[in-house]
Amino acid sequence: MDYKNKGLSTREAYGEEILKLGMENSNIYVIDCDLGKSCKTVGFSKQLPNQHINVGIAEQNACGVGAGLATCGKIPFVTTYAVFGSMRMAEQIRQEVCYPKLNVKIACSHGGLTPANDGASHQGIEDMGILRTLPNMTIIMGCDYYSTKKLVRAAALYDGPVYIRFTRDAVPFIYDEGEEFEIGKAKMLRQGDEISIIANGDIMCVALEAADILAEKGVKARVIDMHTIKPLDKEVVLKAIYETGKIITVEDHNIINGLGSAVSEVVAETGKGIVRRIGIQDQFGESAPYKKLLELNGITVQNIVNTAEELLK
Amino acid sequence: MVDINKVEQLTKQAKQVRTTLLHMIHMAKSGHPGGSLSATDIVTALYFDEMNIDPKNPKWDERDRFVLSKGHVCPVLYSCLGLKGYFDIKVLDTLRQYGSILQGHPDMKRCPGVDISTGSLGQGLSTAVGMALRAKRDHMSYRVFCLVGDGECNEGQIWEATATAFKYGLDNLVFFVDNNDLQNDGCCQDIMPTGDLAKKFDAFGCDTYSIDGHDMAQIVETLDMIRNKKDQKPKCIVCSTIKGKGVSFMENVAEWHGMAPDVEQCAHAIKDVEEGF
Repeated sequence: MDYKNKGLSTREAYGEEILKLGMENSNIYVIDCDLGKSCKTVGFSKQLPNQHINVGIAEQNACGVGAGLATCGKIPFVTTYAVFGSMRMAEQIRQEVCYPKLNVKIACSHGGLTPANDGASHQGIEDMGILRTLPNMTIIMGCDYYSTKKLVRAAALYDGPVYIRFTRDAVPFIYDEGEEFEIGKAKMLRQGDEISIIANGDIMCVALEAADILAEKGVKARVIDMHTIKPLDKEVVLKAIYETGKIITVEDHNIINGLGSAVSEVVAETGKGIVRRIGIQDQFGESAPYKKLLELNGITVQNIVNTAEELLK
Repeated sequence: MVDINKVEQLTKQAKQVRTTLLHMIHMAKSGHPGGSLSATDIVTALYFDEMNIDPKNPKWDERDRFVLSKGHVCPVLYSCLGLKGYFDIKVLDTLRQYGSILQGHPDMKRCPGVDISTGSLGQGLSTAVGMALRAKRDHMSYRVFCLVGDGECNEGQIWEATATAFKYGLDNLVFFVDNNDLQNDGCCQDIMPTGDLAKKFDAFGCDTYSIDGHDMAQIVETLDMIRNKKDQKPKCIVCSTIKGKGVSFMENVAEWHGMAPDVEQCAHAIKDVEEGF
C-alpha cells in the first residue's frame, strides 16, 4: 500500500462509477445543479439522458426532486459541491430525505480544502459535521480513487440517505483495485500497538507518511482509514484505545464535529486513553495552494509525528 | 358541460370534510383550521372524484399522487383519507397525540395515503416535480397533484420547482395555489405582497387558471378541462379562497391560522358549516 504516487481525484472515481452503476440499473439517476463538468457527471448525462436531470443552480429544489423520485423507487444522486450539498440544501435534506428515510444520495465534490485556490466560499469544511447531526444519515469519504469507486457502489446498494464527499484534486492511490469496502467498516492500513492514527479522505496519505517516519524511528503506529464517519466503526475505535491507549485523528474538515469529534465521543465514554485531533482549526480558508492551507492548520506529516512523539513521552 | 350531480355531491362531501376537520382540531386542542378550511373544496374534489386512487392499496404504483406542500393544513388531508377509508375513521380523534399516525405535519412513514412527508414550507412542489418526472421518464399515466399556499410562495424554492416543471414539460403535474391572502403574521399584502400570482406562474411557463376555490362547479370544470391536456405545460390553478371558509367567526381572521376551537366554538363552527350562515 504505497502512497507516493500522483493518483487521481476521487471526483473522477465518482464520475466513472456512477456511469457504470447507471448502465447496470436504470433506476439510478443523477440530478445535477449546473456543476456536471466539475463533478464529472457529463459522461452520465450524455450516455444516460433518460436518467439525468439538470435543475440548474437550484440545489434546494434538486434535493426535493430527488426525494420525489425516491418515493417512486428511483435512486437519485444529487450532485454538487460540498458547500452547497451540505449547507444550501441542509434543511431540505433533513425534511425530505432524512426524516422519511428516503433513498437519496448527496454526492459532493470539492470537499474540505481541496478547492484551494477557489478560496473560502468553495471550501466545504463543515459539511460532514453538519450532516452528521441528522438522524438516518450516513457520511462517507473515500481516501483514494479505487476506494471511492467501491464506496459509491456501496452507497447505491444501501437503502437510505447517504452523503458522500470527493476531492477536487488528485490524491495518491492507496488501495488496489480489487479491495472491497463496506459502509461503516474501517480499514487498517498499518498494524501497530503503540499509538493509533485515524484519518480519512485526502489526508490519508499524510497520515501514512507520518506513520512511516514514526516506523523509521522505531514507533509502531496503527493507521486506520475511517472512510465512514457515520455510522462510525466503534469497534475499531475501542480496539485502538484499549490496545494502543493513544489516538491521533487527522482530517480535512473543521476540528468541530468531524472525524475527530466522532472518535472522541466514543473514547470519552470509556474513560480510557487520550485523543489528539488534527484538522482545520475552526477558521475559514483562503485562496492558496492546498499544501499551504494544510500547513496553516497543522495538517502536516511533521505535526502528526510531533504529536505522536509528545504522546509517547 | 359540468356534471351538476357531481358538483352537488362534492359540495355535500366538502361539508362533511369541514365538520370532520373542525372536530379533529378541537379534539387535538391544536392545529390549523383556517388554511384547512380554505383548502377543503379543492382537496375534496381531488380525493372524492378526480384522483385515480385505491384506499385499499395506498402504495399502488400507478396511482395519482397528492403532495400537500402546505403541510400544516393536514387536518383536511387526514379527513379525506379517513373518510375514504385509508384508515379507521376513529383514528382521526388521535391527531397530534403521542403514538398517532396523524402527526402535526404529514408523515409518509406513519400514515397510509400520505405520498410524501411535508411541513417545511416551500419544499413540497419540488417533490411533486420529482414524482411527475418519474411518470414521464417511465411512460406512466399517473398524475401528480399538489397544493401550495400563497404565503408559501414567499419561498424561492417554489419558483425553482416551477422552472423545473416547465423545463421538463410536466403537463402531468397539477398544482393549486390556495390564495386566501392571509399568512401566519397577517395579510399577505402586509407581510410580503404576492402580486398577481396567476401572471407570475404564467410567466414561468405554466398553463394557468384563476378560479374561485370555493365554487365546486368551477373546480370540477377546470379539472375537466385540463384532464387530457398534453401540451407539455405544468398546470397551475390559482384559487381565490377565504381562510376559515364556512365558519362565521373564522372567515378572514388571521388568528384562526393556528388555533383550535374550544367545545362551544367547535359546536358553533359545525353548525355554521351544516346550516350555513
